[in-house]
Amino acid sequence: MSVDTKIAFDQEYIKAYSEKRQEPKWMAALRLKALEKSENLPMPKPDKTKIDKWNFTSFKHDVAGEAISSLEDLPEDVRDLVAKDQESGNLLVHRNSTPVFSQLSNELKEQGVIFTDIQTALQNHGDLVEKYFMKDVMKVDENRLTAVHAALLNSGTFLYVPRNVEIEVPIQALYWQEDPEAGLFNHVIIVAEDNSSVTYVENFLSYGHDVESVANIIAEVHVGQNARVTFGSVDNLAKGVTTYVNRRANVARDGKVDWALAQMNDGNTVSTNTTHLIGDGSYADSKTVTIGRGSQSQNFTNQIFHHGQNSEGVLLVHGVQKDSASAIFNGVTKIEHGAKKSNGEQTQRVLMMNEKARGDANPILLIDEDDVMAGHAASVGKVDPVQLYYLQSRGISRQEAERLIIHGFLAPVINELPIEGVRKRAVEVTEGKVN
Amino acid sequence: MAASTLKIENLHVSIEGKEIIKGLNLEINGGEIHAVMGPNGTGKSTLASAIMGHPKYEITEGSVFLDNEDVLEMEVDERAKAGLFLAMQYPSEVSGVTNADFLRSAINARREEGDEISLMKFIKKLDGKMAELDMGEEFAQRYLNEGFSGGEKKRNEILQLMMLEPKIAVLDEIDSGLDIDALKVVSKGVNAMRNESFGCLIITHYQRLLNYITPDKVHVMMQGRIVKSGGAELAQRLEAEGYDWIKEELGIKDETVGQEA
Ligand SMILES: Nc1ncnc2c1ncn2[C@@H]1O[C@H](COP(=O)(O)OP(=O)(O)O)[C@@H](O)[C@H]1O
Ligand SMILES: [Mg+2]
Repeated sequence: MSVDTKIAFDQEYIKAYSEKRQEPKWMAALRLKALEKSENLPMPKPDKTKIDKWNFTSFKHDVAGEAISSLEDLPEDVRDLVAKDQESGNLLVHRNSTPVFSQLSNELKEQGVIFTDIQTALQNHGDLVEKYFMKDVMKVDENRLTAVHAALLNSGTFLYVPRNVEIEVPIQALYWQEDPEAGLFNHVIIVAEDNSSVTYVENFLSYGHDVESVANIIAEVHVGQNARVTFGSVDNLAKGVTTYVNRRANVARDGKVDWALAQMNDGNTVSTNTTHLIGDGSYADSKTVTIGRGSQSQNFTNQIFHHGQNSEGVLLVHGVQKDSASAIFNGVTKIEHGAKKSNGEQTQRVLMMNEKARGDANPILLIDEDDVMAGHAASVGKVDPVQLYYLQSRGISRQEAERLIIHGFLAPVINELPIEGVRKRAVEVTEGKVN
Repeated sequence: MAASTLKIENLHVSIEGKEIIKGLNLEINGGEIHAVMGPNGTGKSTLASAIMGHPKYEITEGSVFLDNEDVLEMEVDERAKAGLFLAMQYPSEVSGVTNADFLRSAINARREEGDEISLMKFIKKLDGKMAELDMGEEFAQRYLNEGFSGGEKKRNEILQLMMLEPKIAVLDEIDSGLDIDALKVVSKGVNAMRNESFGCLIITHYQRLLNYITPDKVHVMMQGRIVKSGGAELAQRLEAEGYDWIKEELGIKDETVGQEA
């Protein structure tokens, strides 16, 4: 049996939805075209993971989120996600895709920074959004799901940092799916103009366990010349949510992007994190930690493409697989012809906690240039029973021993995550997933 | 704390289907220090591992009791919580877990939820014991045994012994790889543990350690059994004359396990 992957929304629905959101004409047209294309485009084909039986069609598209008058109105576990130093800072909270809280300091506003939900951005900065929306970084017609994403977009954030503006404090966006059936079509655009710098942190959260839904998430990051973007994420969507997520950056000359991704979803997930090092001297650092549990199946592709000379890319992925979870880890370092003196390094490590867990690491080096350096290390192993014995011989229970080993295994990545809030949250979510 | 007794009777242990320990009897009471000596390959570490519950070793016959409790029925962590401790010949390395976090987990595992040791109290105790063992402060924050030299690992085992204060401890080759100064430090640590409620089994193939920790009883192990027992003077004779006289006395050609057939 193959599940129908055609979505149940027609042109009329999309047109009305776009109107209701008071979007510019180009966006309505883009959505309609995307819907049309989605019917003929193939599904994405993640290497070695079969997704043909995953749910991509059962979800509610347009769910309202109740307004809040202050952060105090949020449930405690949601409020806990807001970094403490963030309460008076720059924060955007979405509830079932509806923006319910938005704050940006006057200082940043005066400097021309735009930080707003995607709907408001489309209304107020339509031309600017159009310039970046699925143009250079992502394309609408990459596959059926990217097209569906564009057609059904219902949530997201636009962050624009003008030239020479350096933002010290992290900017946070929280996406809370209160209704477990609410589908999330979340689109983030970050534009860091030349010589600017910014740190963006996003949290995805849902409860509802087995209730089926879909998250189709895209983040497009434009890193200008000599600009720097640090992008942190803690994904924590419930078991019933199928997630398809693309986070991608294009980096100009001497620009730098740091990815810190704690991928702690409980449902089936296909995640791709891509950096194109386009300019000479550009740099990417991509760190991912994940824990798979239950019977979830996940596919992670972390890739850096070197186009510019002297570009440098570092990939680090640590994954733990528990229970009967399975995951494929593809690490791709591609050095294009002409990207002389570039350096690409990647490390992927997978730890399996028991016999039924599955993990597979595929380091892929594609090098079309002679004058480069590249290296990779990949290891997949089972937890060492003698190590467990050693810890238990000190009175530590089996469960606690596993917890210590998992923490220890993820520590080298978690400790290096560049944002304290993400680091702390990653530890907390790890805790929840291990016990 | 009342003194405990570890009682091993007719113990048979196999690894991968091969019998290594072949009917071993031993009783250790609180307040006593026993030494098990014997050349390499005679089953000493197998005995220690079997007592603690190493997953690779299979007990095919016999019993091990700690007071009235059947040790062989217990999980490894339960054995530790009942009061057993094994300083391992080859301790594992655990990356990413600091020595301090590990020790705190181990101490708290022995305590009721809600009655965890306070951080202050823990640090005070840890600092004190590390000082006694001449261990630099940095060892608290280093990852458990990772990149430790042989001697550092041994010290770390004794540190755990002193922090956890078991009723009965087995120390497997705690002296190997130690220079004379380190040997003195480690011995001082063990001697500091000596009291009426603490029993200890020291496994070594050198007599050297026993110059610093005087045993109450000495046993010689060959071919997976205790073949001779005596007092501290037995260790001295072994130091002076080696093991050959015992082999001759008992008609053993090769003392290692599996060679007797
Ligand atoms: N993990 C193992 N796998 C196979 N054989 C083992 C293992 N451990 C010990 N043995 C065998 O058991 C015998 C006794 O070993 P051991 O108990 O380590 O001796 P000792 O500690 O006295 O040197 C040796 O013949 C050794 O080869
Ligand atoms: Mg040994």
